[in-house]
Amino acid sequence: MATAVRAPRTAVDRERARPRLPGWSPGLGAVYRKELADHLSGHRFAILVALVVVAGLAAMYVGARTLRDTLTQQSASDPFVFLRLFTTGGSSLPPFTFFVEFLGPLLGIALAFDAINGERARGTLSRLVSQPIYRDAVINGKFLAGLAALALMIFALGGLVGGLGLLLTGVPPTLEEFLRLVVFLAVTVIYIGFWLSLAILFSTVLRQTVASALASLAVWLFFSVFASLLFGLVADAVAPVRDSQDAMQVLRNAQWNLALNRLSPTLLYGEAVETLLNPQVRALGPLLLEQVIGAVPGAPLPLGQSLLLIWPHLTGLAAAMLICFMIAYIAFMRQEIRAG
Amino acid sequence: MEQPGQAAVIEARGLTKRYGSRTVVDGLDLTVREGEIFGLLGPNGAGKTTTILMLLGLTEPTAGTARVLGADPLREPLEVKRRVGYLPENVGFYDDLTGFQNLLYTARLNGIPENEARAHIESLLETVGLAQAAHRRVREYSRGMRQRLGLADVLVKRPRIVILDEPTLGIDPQGVEEVLQLIARLSREERVTVLLSSHLLHQVQRICHRVGIFVAGRLIAQGPVEELARQLAGSAPLVLEVGVAPGEQARAETLLRRLDGVLDVQVDADGLVLSCRQDVRAEVARALVTGGLSLRHLRLHTYGLDDIYRIYFEGGVRDGHRRAGATDGSRP
Repeated sequence: MATAVRAPRTAVDRERARPRLPGWSPGLGAVYRKELADHLSGHRFAILVALVVVAGLAAMYVGARTLRDTLTQQSASDPFVFLRLFTTGGSSLPPFTFFVEFLGPLLGIALAFDAINGERARGTLSRLVSQPIYRDAVINGKFLAGLAALALMIFALGGLVGGLGLLLTGVPPTLEEFLRLVVFLAVTVIYIGFWLSLAILFSTVLRQTVASALASLAVWLFFSVFASLLFGLVADAVAPVRDSQDAMQVLRNAQWNLALNRLSPTLLYGEAVETLLNPQVRALGPLLLEQVIGAVPGAPLPLGQSLLLIWPHLTGLAAAMLICFMIAYIAFMRQEIRAG
Repeated sequence: MEQPGQAAVIEARGLTKRYGSRTVVDGLDLTVREGEIFGLLGPNGAGKTTTILMLLGLTEPTAGTARVLGADPLREPLEVKRRVGYLPENVGFYDDLTGFQNLLYTARLNGIPENEARAHIESLLETVGLAQAAHRRVREYSRGMRQRLGLADVLVKRPRIVILDEPTLGIDPQGVEEVLQLIARLSREERVTVLLSSHLLHQVQRICHRVGIFVAGRLIAQGPVEELARQLAGSAPLVLEVGVAPGEQARAETLLRRLDGVLDVQVDADGLVLSCRQDVRAEVARALVTGGLSLRHLRLHTYGLDDIYRIYFEGGVRDGHRRAGATDGSRP
């Protein structure tokens, strides 16, 4: 014991001697690795992944069967059959994308609703911040580990479901379809990342883990169920349609409705996914007859044009995620760290 | 016990922390010398934890400065945290990890290479008597085991100073004994300086070389325990019990309040309790007799160590502060 202490190389010397990447915060790697390991081995994550996988596979199976029935009747020359697998539902089940949109947020919330206040409640936070790391390594590490776990899970799910679709339909995806799928999965990571950072925010601001979980769930419920109803009401109040023959009134109402709805990350994601997985979508929102003069109906957009169409959506989602995280970051840095 | 060295490793000058209008730590001057075990003792809510957090750079002081091993905790927090181990009050661990894994995480946060960390952690767990339980989940640990794991955790980074906040809180008497012996042994064998805080003077006084009595944000006395007891007894207000006939308390109170040297008068069931600056027995007797009251008995209380404990540690903050405030001028 005593000899170990008098060893010439102490932790301090070692820390100083070690070359470090510029900008690399000490301890960030350790926090990241530990959190990622926690996520991947935790029960919570396993349960939710199981839920999403089961829902996704079921939706895919139903989608494939529906598609097989309709495909023979429709033109067999549809170039995007494979993508259609993800957006086609059956009479009994909604499509795969619906489940991701609806259940995905739960995954993000489950990973992070107790990120900070859980550590506080366990009494590990004060031990953590008394180690020679900057305080932001804790919250950064947690956020990055959460994102990494999500990305891993979503791409794995995408691969799994895509593979099943391949088996069920026997139609291989084209390169364009493959790229669209990859972008779709990446957008999904950002979307769920928003919910992750929202949950981190609540876990920083609220002291009770139950409170932060409920707050995150409340926001999730609001955006996935009530928001569109509420925004519809507001739009009707601001731009009422008194005469349904008056095109201007109808148009203004629709524009208000859409503008308000685009405050919701769920809708942003929904529109982005629709555009990505259905190349025939060439505009979002109301379209006047004079704007489509000369357009070839049903002609698909190339990926670049689809991306251009949803670029504001992607920026909005990424910004929402970063803003939530930024507020959480500032709140965390200013907080008192006390035991108990 | 070993003779502590003379170099100061922790120095606080005028350290003050206010939350709004509430002053939690009030102009603290503190010096902890290399190799000693210093006990920061005071009732709950006296500001001990806040002081510790300021020394670690985890809380910003409102005024004053601190130096820990020559570094300013506010400007160079990493320097300080690299060399100071801190065991928080109610220390917590990740329940799903084993004791060993918990310590390994600490080692990684300190940037200690894996192989070296593993060997060191094993020897530390051996020292604190947790070698058997090293690979069991912390969930299954008892309170005492957690506390000992906490001690091992603090030592993972091979600190020069360890700061322990209420290390004996909530564990059974046997566990307390084990933890205290462990702290004393670590201080001796590892040559680390120990600053520990506690509201249980009885428990920790045996292992502390020096203690500071900390009440309501102020360090009212510091020094070796025996010297402190003498010092406190010498300057604490004297307590005089005065017995008067039933029904005469109110009149006696007004009379005695006027006396020189009487700080406070309290009426109780069969008489009055005076706290006074010096022995005023003769004056009290004279005043009562000339006032036409009947004096039944008169008794002077002398202070032992136990009374000091009672006044400062069980009397609560307000009581301790009032008495401390009355005699504060004579303190170093």
